[in-house]
Amino acid sequence: MNRNGNTYTFIYASVMVIIVAAILSFTAITLKPFQERNVEIEKKQNILSAINIEVTSEEAEDVYAQRITDSYTINSKGERTDGNAFTIDLKKEQSKPLEKRQLPIFEADLGDEGIKYVIPLRGAGLWGPIWGYISLNDDFETVYGAIFDHASETPGLGAEIVTDAFQDNFKGKKIYNNSGEFVSLIVAKAGENAPEQHKVDAISGGTITSKGLQDMLYDDLSSYKNFFNTKK
Amino acid sequence: MSDKEALFSKKNLRLLTDPLGSKNPITVQVLGICSALAVTAQLKPAFVMTLSVIVVTALSNVIISLLRNTIPNRIRIIVQLVIVASLVILVDQVLKAFVYDVSKQLSVFVGLIITNCIIMGRLEAFALGNKPGPAFLDGIGNGAGYGLILIVVAFFRELLGAGTIWGFHVIPEGFYNLGYVNNGLMVLSPMALITVGVIIWFQRTKNHDLVEENK
Repeated sequence: MNRNGNTYTFIYASVMVIIVAAILSFTAITLKPFQERNVEIEKKQNILSAINIEVTSEEAEDVYAQRITDSYTINSKGERTDGNAFTIDLKKEQSKPLEKRQLPIFEADLGDEGIKYVIPLRGAGLWGPIWGYISLNDDFETVYGAIFDHASETPGLGAEIVTDAFQDNFKGKKIYNNSGEFVSLIVAKAGENAPEQHKVDAISGGTITSKGLQDMLYDDLSSYKNFFNTKK
Repeated sequence: MSDKEALFSKKNLRLLTDPLGSKNPITVQVLGICSALAVTAQLKPAFVMTLSVIVVTALSNVIISLLRNTIPNRIRIIVQLVIVASLVILVDQVLKAFVYDVSKQLSVFVGLIITNCIIMGRLEAFALGNKPGPAFLDGIGNGAGYGLILIVVAFFRELLGAGTIWGFHVIPEGFYNLGYVNNGLMVLSPMALITVGVIIWFQRTKNHDLVEENK
């Protein structure tokens, strides 16, 4: 057959594409369970990290099972709903009006340190989504720990939100003021005036990411307001 | 076939060793620089990237070399691309399944192996005209030549930038107490370029054949 003819070229290309497609789909299907498990383990690591427990991916499942005693979803009125806190898709929830959202909560038992409440967060940075987990003491106003991650913030600037140096700032801050009003946290630039108990230092050069993170905290935590108020 | 040349004959061994030195893809041919700058802040991702590139160069060289007498000339670049792209997707999927944290660090750069000029370059220049055996060695050699530089650069960047090697602290605490600080600049990409530059400078001082004549 003429190797430079059209027929040969077409047949060659079609056969090649079919073979390649078969191989790729086979691999994708075979490896999917492993990949999903990795994502799940990472999520557990993140939740544990929000209550200041750092674990390797091997330990994550055990420690998670031991520490996270309960997880459930609530609605904006603070009543329990029947969603699965672990598998819920925050992106989808946030596109719904507030009254229809299912809000996930994880309860962690830290023994002597009491019960902590972990709340997943999701918002927008400069270039793409940012997300994280924040944990509160059982007074529902003091931050116990926080962890953030991002998809595509600028390395060295906005991407610094993943560093311990930034995340440690959140520990001990209050999301309610002294008169019991909800204020969330303020990610403040140098010189910006904000009450010390709500203020977290922003990242120099990462203003938009920092403000995005502040909005994420406000929006997501405020939807839990009724839950906090009934529990307090 | 009359030429029963041994796979590891002298000529074939050169295919393996030349890219490590005098024909190095990064320092001599200046190919594949983009990913070399991006993934060399730490040793571990650089190492995984090296393995991934070696796998892709070696396998794509072998496959193209096996198919070399059947590929229609007019679509040969497309055929090469399809093969390289599928190999890269396979590597990416395997990394995601078994070394998830590293695959997260490498992020888009695994996908970008497809655009690494070393691979297409070797397919065009070598695999299309040679038997699978030598093509395999050529692939391994070029992948390793690329990886060697990656690992050297990553070694210095991690050591000077973070004071660690493979994530372990190697600079004694005492140094920090005496006022030693990690050089944060080393973690940023520009310093990778400068490190590669220093390696090229060093290599050319040792090997004068590589230096262009002044006209």
